[in-house]
Amino acid sequence: MSNWFKRITTGIRTSPQEKKEMPEGLWFKCPSCKATIAQVEHRENLQVCSSCGFHERVGPKAYFELFFDENSRPKLLFDNLYPVDSLEFVDLKSYTDRIKEAEEKSEAAEAMEVATGKMGGIKVVVAAMNFSYIGGSMGAVVGEKIARSVDYCIENKCPLIIISKSGGARMMESGISLMQMIKTSAKLTQLADAQIPYVSLLTDPTTGGVTASFSMLGDINIAEPKALIGFAGPRVIMETMNLKELPEGFQRSEYLMEHGFLDFIAERKDLKEKIVKALKLLKI
Amino acid sequence: MTFLDFEEPIEQLFEKRSKLVEMQTQGDLNLDDKIAELDKLIEEKKENLYANLTPWQRVQLSRHPERPYTLYYIHHIFEDFIELHGDRKAGDDKAIVGGIANLDGQSVVVIGQQKGVNTKMRQYRNFGMANPQGYRKALRLMKLAEKFNKPIVTFIDTPGAFPGIEAEELGQAEAIARNLFEMTKLRVPVISIIIGEGASGGAIGIGVSDKTLMLENTWFTVISPESCSSILWRSWDYKEVAAEQLKLTANDMHKMKIVDTIIKEPLGGAHHNPEEMAKTLKRSIKRNLTLLNELSPEERIEKRIAKYAAIGTFEERKVQ
Ligand SMILES: [Zn+2]
Repeated sequence: MSNWFKRITTGIRTSPQEKKEMPEGLWFKCPSCKATIAQVEHRENLQVCSSCGFHERVGPKAYFELFFDENSRPKLLFDNLYPVDSLEFVDLKSYTDRIKEAEEKSEAAEAMEVATGKMGGIKVVVAAMNFSYIGGSMGAVVGEKIARSVDYCIENKCPLIIISKSGGARMMESGISLMQMIKTSAKLTQLADAQIPYVSLLTDPTTGGVTASFSMLGDINIAEPKALIGFAGPRVIMETMNLKELPEGFQRSEYLMEHGFLDFIAERKDLKEKIVKALKLLKI
Repeated sequence: MTFLDFEEPIEQLFEKRSKLVEMQTQGDLNLDDKIAELDKLIEEKKENLYANLTPWQRVQLSRHPERPYTLYYIHHIFEDFIELHGDRKAGDDKAIVGGIANLDGQSVVVIGQQKGVNTKMRQYRNFGMANPQGYRKALRLMKLAEKFNKPIVTFIDTPGAFPGIEAEELGQAEAIARNLFEMTKLRVPVISIIIGEGASGGAIGIGVSDKTLMLENTWFTVISPESCSSILWRSWDYKEVAAEQLKLTANDMHKMKIVDTIIKEPLGGAHHNPEEMAKTLKRSIKRNLTLLNELSPEERIEKRIAKYAAIGTFEERKVQ
């Protein structure tokens, strides 16, 4: 891995020295089972709770490190695309300010990062969403990155893996963000025509316009355990249907698989192996 | 007629007019001159009132209870409509209607969200909020159109796809996503028309088209102004501001190149003269179909993808 790539890569498999500098402290407190686990151990465990298996949310860089082969040289793609407040949207804050804040908070240029490299020896494109950038919402940049990823995959005849983690379409881009649902789905028809595999990995949370477009359109749809996946948010459903609570496990990975919308659920540590195996079988 | 809050000035005039008419029919008085005078005044007031509507007022008009809905247009634009039911999988969604019909000698598949015309029917139609069965019925009918080489016209009028437990269980997200994907590939011409509310994924689930037409007093965007207000302003009180910020009017959508054509409504809105509205719409549908029929299926699909791929503004910084 080249130095510049390593430098911007944090999270999974960082050196012990870097771990000491982790700003979030030495301990991971599991929100699910309340266990307290040393960050060193937690990171060794790919940020999955060693006590209950809770999958903590991780960003694009963590998946890049997890997926790309250690000796390969992954390359970031389309990282020169930045959002524009073309509608001059203002709510309690201006969208322009939100963009600035999101950039600082997430240390990312947008809610999706794309990289290409070898995965189990196969050249792939991985497009991963970043939930800390305005809730991983989809605006024009996310749409364009997916569109360009499709073109790149067709040109290089390599599979596409999209990792979803999003609250849905970005309200501050209004109609433009709505159209990204069509744009991404339309581009995926071209990938399908070229007979290039598309693996959709849904992670916690994947909702709204992202679920209702590219996330559900994988040749293979995979999820991490217990991820929230749905169209409408749980609160909206409770308000609409006048309910105090929702059924246990509703809109979680296991529920979606039971109802026929996922091919399989895989723990984070098994993701790479399973995806590579599937890609190889599709190729033979 | 039902009047909206901002229509108060004309409401009073309409009331005055009906009183005069009543007096005339009951007594021997000839009030024709007075009524004609009032009609002139009403027209003037209407022109003033509707010349500069705010986005929120257009949202209100788009939801007017007397506004014509999908079935009205189907019956007034086409002939020999046969409704076709069911998704062949799980059920028949009443919030989406569809079938085959005749447009001056050309068979067309028509599909649209349908709102109810009274309290009982509104419930029956689930307020125009479709479930997955509705989107899958729509797709089945589109595939029927493709098989027999018939163009498709879809009427969009929905406050959103239904957010319910069963909807999630049956895969609301998958149903909409599948339609976006499959509609892109349809080999026949597709025209979509926003006739009322065009809310979010629920709207575009039947809205991927070669040409999108939008009536003058409708709205089309990613979220309703009310929900947008509640999420971004954390209060329900900012719907008017949200409507402005969302740029959800036909003019805005046309500027963003999301909508191809704006269709003028009769003064006061489609419900002031539904027949005229249907006639205008019919002319536009026929004109667009003629243009689309000149292209090959491959050309249409290529243009369709290119149209959507071009939507989105972003900054492309120089790579160092
Ligand atoms: Zn735990």
